Amino acid sequence: MGIERRSQLGVCLMIAVDGLTLSRGERVLFRDLSFSAVSGEVLALTGANGAGKTSLLRALAGFLRPDEGTVTFADVDPVEARTKHLHWLGHLDGLKGARHAREELAFQARWLGAGADGVAAAVDVLALEPLLDLEVRKLSAGQRRRLAFARLIAVQRPIWLLDEPLSPLDARWRAALGVLMQAHVERGGTIIAAVHDPLPVAHRTLDIGAGR
Amino acid sequence: MTALMILWRRELSLAWAGGGGPLLACGFFLCLTVLVPLAAGGDPAGLKPVAGGIAWVALAVSSILSLERLFERDFEDGTLDLIALGPVPLELAVIAKAKAQWLAVGWPLALTAPVAAITLGLPPSLAPLAALAALIGGLGFALTGALGAALALGSKRGGLLIAVVVLPLFIPPVVFGAGALERAANGLSPAPALAFLVAYVLFAGLITPFAGAAAIRNAQG
Repeated sequence: MGIERRSQLGVCLMIAVDGLTLSRGERVLFRDLSFSAVSGEVLALTGANGAGKTSLLRALAGFLRPDEGTVTFADVDPVEARTKHLHWLGHLDGLKGARHAREELAFQARWLGAGADGVAAAVDVLALEPLLDLEVRKLSAGQRRRLAFARLIAVQRPIWLLDEPLSPLDARWRAALGVLMQAHVERGGTIIAAVHDPLPVAHRTLDIGAGR
Repeated sequence: MTALMILWRRELSLAWAGGGGPLLACGFFLCLTVLVPLAAGGDPAGLKPVAGGIAWVALAVSSILSLERLFERDFEDGTLDLIALGPVPLELAVIAKAKAQWLAVGWPLALTAPVAAITLGLPPSLAPLAALAALIGGLGFALTGALGAALALGSKRGGLLIAVVVLPLFIPPVVFGAGALERAANGLSPAPALAFLVAYVLFAGLITPFAGAAAIRNAQG
């Protein structure tokens, strides 16, 4: 462990999960799960519905406290790692339906520390300009996902935790986000994504159901 | 602009979006203060001794109206996850949201309080005191209310639960606030009651960030 090196993203962190046991209520999702993801790697979490992919991601993000085991980020304090070096994009995207896309993007990006350049780059890369003056509730599911994804582009953080990131997207945008994910890992980033469909980027697969 | 300021400004914007929640609270407050004299038979002399108390009960109930939205909508749409992974400790984010609640709802209610107090029969000379006490008490309501809203996160019928949790905690500011008006109406200094009101606000300011953040983390899990 202890892999921490500088990259275009400022810092690259290795996530190490050791002996993780996680339960929801009375149901044990998995026991003694251990794995790691290094910088420059995409790790796809697979498994049947209810296997615990989302719960595992939430545990990595610090929202869920495991019954046993640890999640470490090289030598970086977990709180610092999660609040400075980690992006979370879950099923719930944190967007308010009644607000305009421009307002929501501005809040999410600026809250996480983006400057005007970062926001502009995200708008450009994700072709959001025509959507910015629309209310979020008037966006399609795919457009909404692109808007949520924009904060990952606007603010450079090395670790991306993604829950079904591509599911609402059409083939064109799946490919486009695959390119963005590839660019992220080439800069030294790490991506851990819960998926049902294959990711459009080279990745390693971890079957959560098999770890039970 | 600091992250806290970004969050605070957004909260203010959300409070006024979608129908003007603060105006609704003020309207409710005034309705209550008009209804009580009518229900009491329209005898101003009989109402005068309890006017301060009635005004403060109405103020407390009106302060609860918009509490359900304080954390619940952010919890439901995932914004709380984003806030938790932001650059500001969750404890400070709780304070920022409570402060925005005070500015968005507490201030309009405090500005309405003199009208309500006079309607209930208190002398107009007490109007500035009514506003000042409501302003201080409103901060206490916002802080304690934020704690109640955090504790009710994720529960069914959260609005009702917030009221049940929060109303008993509102008893001290209601007693101190009404006491300040009563003392002034009787020619005494309201300062002791106001001092207790300030002490309540300070206590709530110490407890709410930690307890509120713990409740949010528990709900997120």
